[in-house]
Parts: sequence; structure tokens; C-alpha cells
Amino acid sequence: MKIHEYQGKDIFKSYGIPIQDGYVIDNIDEAPATIKKVQQEFKTEAVVVKAQIHAGGRGKGGGVKYSPSTDVALENAQKMMGMKLITHQTGTEGQEVRKVYITQAFDIKQEYYCAITLDRSQTKDVFMVSSEGGVEIEKVAAETPEKIIKVWIDPLVGMKSFQARKLAFGLSLSGDAFKSAVKIFMKMYACYMGTDASIVEINPLVLTEDDQIVALDAKFNFDGNAMYRHKDIADLRDVHEEDPTELEASKYDLNYIKLDGNVGCMVNGAGLAMATMDIIKLAGGEPANFLDVGGAASAETVKNGFKIILSDDHVKAILINIFGGIVRCDRVANGVIQAVKELGLKVPVVVRLEGTNAKEAKTILSESGLAIIPANDMKDAAKKVVGAAINS
Amino acid sequence: MSILVNKDSRVMVQGITGSEGTFHATQMLEYGTNVVAGVTPGKGGQMALDGKVPVFNSVEEARTETNANVSIIFVPPPFAAEAIIEASDAGVELVVCITEGVPVHDMVKAKRIIDQNGTRLIGPNCPGIITVDECKLGIMPGFICKKGNIGVLSKSGTLTYEAIGQLVNVGLGQSTALGIGGDPIIGTSMIDALKLFEADPETNGVVLIGEIGGQMENEAARWIKENMTKPVVGFIAGQTAPPGRRMGHAGAIVSGGDDTAEAKMRIMTECGIAVCESVAEIGDKMKTALNNN
Repeated sequence: MKIHEYQGKDIFKSYGIPIQDGYVIDNIDEAPATIKKVQQEFKTEAVVVKAQIHAGGRGKGGGVKYSPSTDVALENAQKMMGMKLITHQTGTEGQEVRKVYITQAFDIKQEYYCAITLDRSQTKDVFMVSSEGGVEIEKVAAETPEKIIKVWIDPLVGMKSFQARKLAFGLSLSGDAFKSAVKIFMKMYACYMGTDASIVEINPLVLTEDDQIVALDAKFNFDGNAMYRHKDIADLRDVHEEDPTELEASKYDLNYIKLDGNVGCMVNGAGLAMATMDIIKLAGGEPANFLDVGGAASAETVKNGFKIILSDDHVKAILINIFGGIVRCDRVANGVIQAVKELGLKVPVVVRLEGTNAKEAKTILSESGLAIIPANDMKDAAKKVVGAAINS
Repeated sequence: MSILVNKDSRVMVQGITGSEGTFHATQMLEYGTNVVAGVTPGKGGQMALDGKVPVFNSVEEARTETNANVSIIFVPPPFAAEAIIEASDAGVELVVCITEGVPVHDMVKAKRIIDQNGTRLIGPNCPGIITVDECKLGIMPGFICKKGNIGVLSKSGTLTYEAIGQLVNVGLGQSTALGIGGDPIIGTSMIDALKLFEADPETNGVVLIGEIGGQMENEAARWIKENMTKPVVGFIAGQTAPPGRRMGHAGAIVSGGDDTAEAKMRIMTECGIAVCESVAEIGDKMKTALNNN
């Protein structure tokens, strides 16, 4: 689960991490008063106007504007509010800006990158810093990996000061800035652990002209499986940042991701669902979605899955691929029949059922009198559904 | 032989009185698994599964009383990591955690403890292990399997079933099938499992099924190139998955570099693995690989 920058900074604040502070607005009418408030409270004429969307790369897309005067700040806020911000993470349609964050501005001497996340191959959390802040860290990692300093944290002991010092020395910091950075790194780790984050990233963390260390950005990603113990964080979820169909699917406990193709698919199990998308592509089609109905697919889940797939106008044919283990294929077959009777057979439906009670399921489908296209195996199913999509 | 479990495995079920635990423990018993104990704190002294299995308050007690040497965990996600640690602490040799949705921070700690204690963990978020006709320690449909000499190793549950189904269709049975789980932190890696299959005289070849995200398949491929004498057929799910999106499994997310399906398939091919472009080729490819070996 992701959150906005201003929400992340609130969390940083509660852990005592110095931030570039400000106020967020969701109505442009509040802009003049808010700009004034930021200027007065933080004793600055210049402010920064920042679009609040979940995607990264906002700066390059025009979503972060340094504004030296009140007029420029107002103009930038007006332009930004409601715009479709396109970044390398939003896709070509962009993401609508519904909130604008107005913050204090700093004179910056140096920018750094820092982040904590899980290193899967070490099965430990890793704390990374780099003096190459403010740019795409992926590029730094690929081209000049020696510029990224890493420490791995023992989960039973937690982060230790010597590790934080190693990171701060690695950034060539000294004096008060060094001491301040060490404290910030320790607090960042406490924050990462305390919020069940899967990533905490500050890009950039800056050294100001007056030698303060300040977080200019706050990027969080949380472990959805741990949100039951962080209700305050779960409440920060912004549903506007999510695809409406995916949101609807999550209400039925369906794991759905919309894609650009025209062949809908409904599968049990994430791995088999991905493999089904892949084989549709190999057969010359394009998958319209990823949909995992989970281990307990009932007639009801099948019906809801159908509804979700059909809400996408691009879908020209549907493939149902179930390998029954705990899931009984005869129940799935009855679910398909019920769904088709209620929702109509708007597009061709190809069904492949294997595993528990597959034989009974095939009989049920063939005796239903519905024009459902049976398939014997995955290859056969993919060929049939792609053919059906082309012809419908 | 086979790997990890066999007819002599003495199984305890943590969370045996819950609905999932009861259902699957019953299925395991029906398959012939030697289920000797159950654990549910506060329900010690009762009998579970129609009076067939005694319930204990702790893993330690169950182990002392019944000499159970393997455990399978069906407890809810908030308590699963602790259940793993409890089993490890009690000296259980092999622990299988079926539970889906265990918080990652909990697993990082649990992993550190099991490594320290030398406990072997399979999962979490996995279908478990089956040694055909001997022991089912998991949630897979046992009836689809046929006794034979192919090892199946996968991150995904239903793809394991798909592979088994295809192997049976081309006349190949299985020694042991193992789902290691699709979470970012899992107890047993592909290399760990491959070592066991390589050493098992009843296994003649291995089907290795991976997916996008992480480096485990690449590490396994390099290990295979250096160490494996038996033929390996590989498949990677997620060729069409968009980057940055979590496809069901928490681990199945492409963050760039060598963790795309394309990169993994290339590395596996370079390491001498017979890679299936399509999932439908698994059975046939294995048959060919065995004939060529």
C-alpha cells in the first residue's frame, strides 16, 4: 500500500525526522491563504508547489515547482491542481492531481539518496545511501554501483549506531551534519520497523546551505499483510489513486489487475493466472487482465469475476482456466452457468477445467445447452479463446 | 527414498482445530499421511479429527508425547511466524507453513531463527510437499499424482498441479512434488530443494517452475549448471506481467534488471536448462529431456 508525500512526512515528523514542511490543499480556493501561511510560518518568500500523486518521477513530469514569489506559487498551484500528470510510472493517460502540497524552500548544498528495503537474497533488510541524490537511483545502481553504500541489518539485533555512522561517513559528512545524519538514519530504521513498511525512501535528503539535514521527500510502501496492526496507516489509503475496477474487485476478495488486451481470463492461483496470460499472448492474443479467484472459488466468486471482466468494454472473449484442487470443478461449472444466465453471454466463453471433479463439470457444461466452448488443455484453450476474440 | 517426507514421517498439525486445519488434516489422513498430533493452545487433552488425533497445548508437548518430527502450520497470518519459531524452538526438523499473508517483517525474524537452529522450513504461502503414495504434507489434490521418478519444484500452487497433470498425461510419475511458496522471504530456496533432488536416487529429472521477481531462479540456474547431473525442465510465469505490479504473490513483482521472465528464461537456457516458452510444453519437454539424457 502506498501513501502520499505529505502523509509520509507526517509519519517522519512523528519519528523526529526533520522534513521540508508545509500544508496540503485539495481545493484551489485555499491556495492564496495556504501560500501565505507557509511563507509566514516558515519565514520564507519562496515556496515549493508539489503535486500529490502516488507515482514517482513527479519532478520530471512538471509536478514539483520551485516558486520564488507568491504570484508564481499561485500560478503553479492553479496549473497543477486537476492536471493529468504523466510520469514514467503513471502510464500514458497520467494521473489526475487532486491534492497540492505547498512547502517551505531551502537553499541546497548537496542532495543524497537513502532508502531501507528488504534484500531478498540476503533475507535481511538493507539500508542504502548514495551521494548521487535527486536522480533516478536505478541508473546509479546500474552505472556506478560503487556510489551506493549499503549496510545489512540483523533482524534480531536491529540497526546499530556503527552502521549509521558507516552510512554517514560514506556520504563524506562531518561535524553537526554528520551527527544529524546518524540520528536521522537510526530514526528512519525505527520508522521502517514501526510501520511495517516494505520501503522507506528519501530522495533527496539534502544538506542545506546552513548545514541542516532535511528530508525533501518521503516515499513509503507498506506490507498490506501487516496493515491489520496499523489501522492509522490503513486509513491513509487514497482510493482515487487506484483503478476503479481493481478497487471493485478487491471488495469481492478477487485479485484483479487490468491490462490493455481484449482476452479476459479467470484463473485459480497467481502462478497459473500469469501462465494463462502468457499462453494467450503466445497464441497471438493480448490478455485483458490478471484475475486470480483464489483457492476457494465458489459459484459466487465466479459470478463476481465475470462481472468484473465484463465491465471492461475491450474484452472480446473470456477464458476460464481452473485446475481444481480444493476447488471443485463441478461447483465452478455451476457458477459459470449461473453467471451466464444472469449476465448473458455477451462474448464467447472458453472453459478449461481440470482436477477435482473435472469430469462431472464437463458433463454439467455440455448438458446446460449454453454456447460455452469447452477446451481440453491450456494450449487448446488459448487457441480457442484467441480465435473467438478475433471473430467476435 | 524421495525427498523431505515419506511414509515414516510423523506429522503434527499446528492449528488442527481451526477450519482449514481440520479440513486439510482430514485429507492428509485419508491420503495415508501419518498424522500423530495436533497443537492448539488451550485445547490440549482433546481429540481431533473424529477422535483419531490427540491435541496438545504446545509443540514441545506434542513432540515429547508423540515423537512427531515434522509439522504443518495452518494458523492465521498474525500468529504464523510465531508458530514457526515455536516449532523450531521445540526441535522439529521440518516445518511446512501453508498460511498465506504472513507479514514480511515477522518472516525476516523467523527466518533468522530457523537458520540459527538448523530447522528446515517450507513456505510460507505454499501448497506443501507430497511424496506420492506415502505422505501428503499440504493442500494439493493427491489423486492427480502418480508414483514415479520426476521431482516437481515450484513457487506456485496451481502451476504445480498443472505440471503434475501434464507429466501424468505423458506417462511420467513423480517422486516428490514441492511448492516452496511465492513470498519475498521463504524458508527453502530452489537451490536447497535442487540439492535434495540431485541426491535422491529415486528422482531422475526435475521440473522447475518459477515466476517474475527476485533472483532465486537465476541463482538456481547457475547452481544447476555447476552441480546438477539430472535433466531439468524450466518454466517462468509472468512473461506478460507489467512492471511494478504485484501479481498475486508478494514476490511476483518486476523491479527491473534480471528479474523479468525474459531475463530468467535466458539465464536458465544459458545454464543448460530445457526452458518451456509455453506452460503447455512442460510434460513433453520432460519426456524429451529424459530420452536425451
